[in-house]
Amino acid sequence: MRCWIAIAVLLAASACERERRDFKLPNGEQLTQSTRLSQLQPGSPSQPMTVDSPLEHNAYALSEGKRLYSAYNCVGCHAQGGGAIGPALMDHRWIYGSRGDQIFSTIVQGRPNGMPAFGGRIPDQQVWQLVAYVQSMSGNVPKDAAPSRNDDMQAAKPELRREPKPPVQTGHR
Amino acid sequence: MIQSVLESAGIQAARVESEWWTIFWITTIVTVIVLAVLGIALKRGAARTDATTSHDAHLHRYIAFATVLTVVILFGILVRSIVTTRALASERVTDVMQIEVTAYQWWWSVEYQHPEPEQRVRTANELRLPVGRTVAIKLLASDVIHSFWVPSLSGKLDAIPGHEAVLWLRADKAGVYRGQCAEYCGFQHAHMAFVVVAEPPDQFERWIQAQRKTAEQPQTELAQRGLHIVQRSACVMCHTIRGTAAGGRMGPDLTHFASRSTIAAGTLPRTPEHVNNWLADPQAIKPGNRMPTLALSDADRAALVAYLEQLR
Repeated sequence: MRCWIAIAVLLAASACERERRDFKLPNGEQLTQSTRLSQLQPGSPSQPMTVDSPLEHNAYALSEGKRLYSAYNCVGCHAQGGGAIGPALMDHRWIYGSRGDQIFSTIVQGRPNGMPAFGGRIPDQQVWQLVAYVQSMSGNVPKDAAPSRNDDMQAAKPELRREPKPPVQTGHR
Repeated sequence: MIQSVLESAGIQAARVESEWWTIFWITTIVTVIVLAVLGIALKRGAARTDATTSHDAHLHRYIAFATVLTVVILFGILVRSIVTTRALASERVTDVMQIEVTAYQWWWSVEYQHPEPEQRVRTANELRLPVGRTVAIKLLASDVIHSFWVPSLSGKLDAIPGHEAVLWLRADKAGVYRGQCAEYCGFQHAHMAFVVVAEPPDQFERWIQAQRKTAEQPQTELAQRGLHIVQRSACVMCHTIRGTAAGGRMGPDLTHFASRSTIAAGTLPRTPEHVNNWLADPQAIKPGNRMPTLALSDADRAALVAYLEQLR
């Protein structure tokens, strides 16, 4: 009996992290150096610096990202993930990288042929929230943190029910 | 500035207040009578020496009388409530001023309607009303259920996402009244207040004419720098300042920011110091609110405050 109670408490405690609400990004998690687009380096090759998305396990950050995705008009070009003027975000194809820091710099720096540079216009924390949500669109975040179904009509499956699509690096189509 | 149902300043609130006093006096009188009867019974019981005395012959009659009286009083209160509620809901006048109020987590957007879109006025967390004129408030909610409540002017009405509710009210006395969200709506529900300013019609007319203008051009060098910062930073993503590049619709309209008396939905009075603290760290003042913490230098923030403070 005591063993079961301990297990229940442990399981419940693991949920705390998921719902944690940090209203400010902890210091030091800002992306100081922009991510490289090229694998080639001058001089002797070194391990490129990569930064994982700090918020992809956090349900609050994901739902905030989802709200901002509409608020900042990402939907205008990418639609609800299916793509329109801009590329689809819910498929497995990634032109500029699928890692958190790569998506971060895509949003901040903009990309040729239409993606505006949002740097300076969206604070870092909100960019990270958007990054986490963009990753959830193709099922690449933990299921327990991804947003569930919308209050209104939704054409696609809710993010938490999407099968993870292993990212594939592609060029422009 | 307190908010109280017992200080009604408008026709709707007066009905609620009179209803409140009716019920208050009825229940007070009933309580006094019941306690008096109980006191008499205790006294008579203690004086009685014979424990086996038969029941009072009239006891059944007393009980029946008290029961009927209770039912009649409660029914009377019910009828009175229905009459009040009907009166509150059926205020109908022509020439009504229309205002659209949208509740957000955790602030209020206020838009004065006009047939010409150019003449519409959008402000936040402050409702100005001309004294003696009936206004129809169209109540909307953008995210969760909120409730619009100005105790001195009207009863509560819920704002429900996807639903339009209409509230009629009329301020009969000039003054400043406090209103607030009366339905728990999340972390900062307690900091979701607003101010209602009822003023004479000519004064109101002057105010709305001023609100229709685009934003004041910055005169001082500091304020000009502030405008530059607004236009190149995150402000424009959410806020509108008419006459500048800022056109976001997610946050409060700041075109006439300095004409309002509070910031952050009644959380703080609008003083340069508070505005500066708010810009430095909004999440420390109102944790969880939608305004992100911005990376601004002290000098930039001072310029921003100078600009915002001249948006009269």
